[in-house]
Amino acid sequence: MEFYTLLRQFADSWMLLFLFTFFIGVVVWAFRPGSTKVYKDTADIPFRHDDAPAPAAGADEPAETKEARA
Amino acid sequence: MAKGRKMSNYIKLIALGLVTLFAMIGSNYARDLAYQVHAIIVMIVAGGLFLYTLRHTNEPKPAVVGLENEYFDSVVRAGTIATAFWGVVGFLAGTFIAFQLAFPALNFEWAQGFANFGRLRPLHTSAVIFAFGGNALIATSFYVVQRTSAARLWGGNLAWFVFWGYQLFIVLAATGYLFGSTQSKEYAEPEWHVDLWLTVVWVAYLAVFLGTVIKRKEPHIYVANWFYLAFIVTVAMLHLVNNMTIPVSIWGSKSVIVWPGVQDAMIQWWYGHNAVGFFLTAGFLGMMYYFIPKQAERPVFSYKLSIIHFWALIFLYIWAGPHHLHYTALPDWASTLGMVMSIILWMPSWGGMINGLMTLSGAWDKLRTDPVIRMMVISVGFYGMSTFEGPMMSIRAVNSLSHYTDWTIGHVHSGALGWNGMITFGALYYLVPVLWKRERLYSLSLVSWHFWLATIGIVLYAASMWVTGIMEGLMWREVDANGFLVNSFADTVAAKFPMYVVRGLGGVMFLAGALVMCYNLWMTVRKAPAKEASLTVPVPAE
Repeated sequence: MEFYTLLRQFADSWMLLFLFTFFIGVVVWAFRPGSTKVYKDTADIPFRHDDAPAPAAGADEPAETKEARA
Repeated sequence: MAKGRKMSNYIKLIALGLVTLFAMIGSNYARDLAYQVHAIIVMIVAGGLFLYTLRHTNEPKPAVVGLENEYFDSVVRAGTIATAFWGVVGFLAGTFIAFQLAFPALNFEWAQGFANFGRLRPLHTSAVIFAFGGNALIATSFYVVQRTSAARLWGGNLAWFVFWGYQLFIVLAATGYLFGSTQSKEYAEPEWHVDLWLTVVWVAYLAVFLGTVIKRKEPHIYVANWFYLAFIVTVAMLHLVNNMTIPVSIWGSKSVIVWPGVQDAMIQWWYGHNAVGFFLTAGFLGMMYYFIPKQAERPVFSYKLSIIHFWALIFLYIWAGPHHLHYTALPDWASTLGMVMSIILWMPSWGGMINGLMTLSGAWDKLRTDPVIRMMVISVGFYGMSTFEGPMMSIRAVNSLSHYTDWTIGHVHSGALGWNGMITFGALYYLVPVLWKRERLYSLSLVSWHFWLATIGIVLYAASMWVTGIMEGLMWREVDANGFLVNSFADTVAAKFPMYVVRGLGGVMFLAGALVMCYNLWMTVRKAPAKEASLTVPVPAE
């Protein structure tokens, strides 16, 4: 079999299936149970560390920063 | 520490010395003028850096304490200045060549071979896409990735290398066009030696960006960073594959592409359309997903939608390129595939548009009071408009009318001026007061002036190009009763004159708006009240 034909057949079958499944998987993953809560927190990322990076370790502060936003 | 620095200085000196020497030889042996000019530029830059490094080689390293508690914003400040500067240069070049088309006498006799339309046109496109857009992307990505990762940029001064290396690329590309070095691939005109330099800079850019994402303090990677990362990675891939050339001589600009015939055409438009899809869309969507929520002071409308937007966009865009090659040697199945993918692409594009617009839900009153958010919203509106127009033009039957006409130029500009330009202006208006620690912008009414100048300019541009494009498409295909073509090419050129003047005026207005912006931003830095001192020193987060 010619190399091109081999690649073409692979692209039309397994690779297509893989890409499509992956995409459907992403959509399902985005709507998984509990995602709304996680994404609410993620969507707030831009409002947390405007002026300085988070401190190195230890005293991390998810609770207070959310408050600071409100 | 001091010893390691000494050692690295020696390596730097050797490398810079060798580059300088090579550039000196190159400027002597150069086979063409563009290469010679480039060799001289590289010689001056590398030689200057050599002398600078040599003069500072035994100085103790300045103390670096507590840098990890601060963001690396100086490079972002430089990036915003570069964005505004190259924006004006690019818009000016565009306005000038628009008038060259209307009034051919502006192709001055004394400047033939350097400043005629053919030489200035790639200068304009590269200046606005790569210099203005590229600097905007680099600057905002450095800003956004730090804030959303809660971490300082990775790699220390590597970010400065990215910034200055990219400016050098722009200067080399621009001088190359003027002096006649081009590989004649649209949006990929720079020749092999400039391509190699861009590759080095781009790898450094990827390292800085990815390094910052990896050392992030937030558990999640915010969606804007996904878009920026897709832009950086895909542009690297496109750049490498589309520029697979073998130089004819190491002392000359000319190179030969390894891809044969129609494969080369396909790869060029795979590159070309994904330059639109990943450089001008994905990267700028990264801006949208950060700056619109920030300016509206509310999180993005739907984070789930943003995830689906991202994956759908990158899965589809990569296939859309063949629609540039309808009715060519490209097999029909390939251009049909490109067309179908382009039409499906409409969905994620509008999903993203809805996500951007609906971020304002509950805060629509800001549209009345805040001209900056108005700018961002109209940019998303133009994004929606041009991502509707594009799929429509990719349909083979529509394309048979629109291709090679000014309709295409109008489409590109409603996307580039409307979407990329406006979102960048919005980001600059957001960034300058923040980066220079000002309370507010110097003048909001000047922002409104900019908004209306730019919007009316775009409307004049797009409307005149629709008219002239469809008109010339119809004129080209008009046949008489005996099947002979009715119009000669020169007839269409003559008929387009009024629309070309209107287009040029649209450009003047857009350029004037950008100058108003530059004045406003300059005065913001100089005159606007500073923020209280407490925010200028790093404070531990509560």
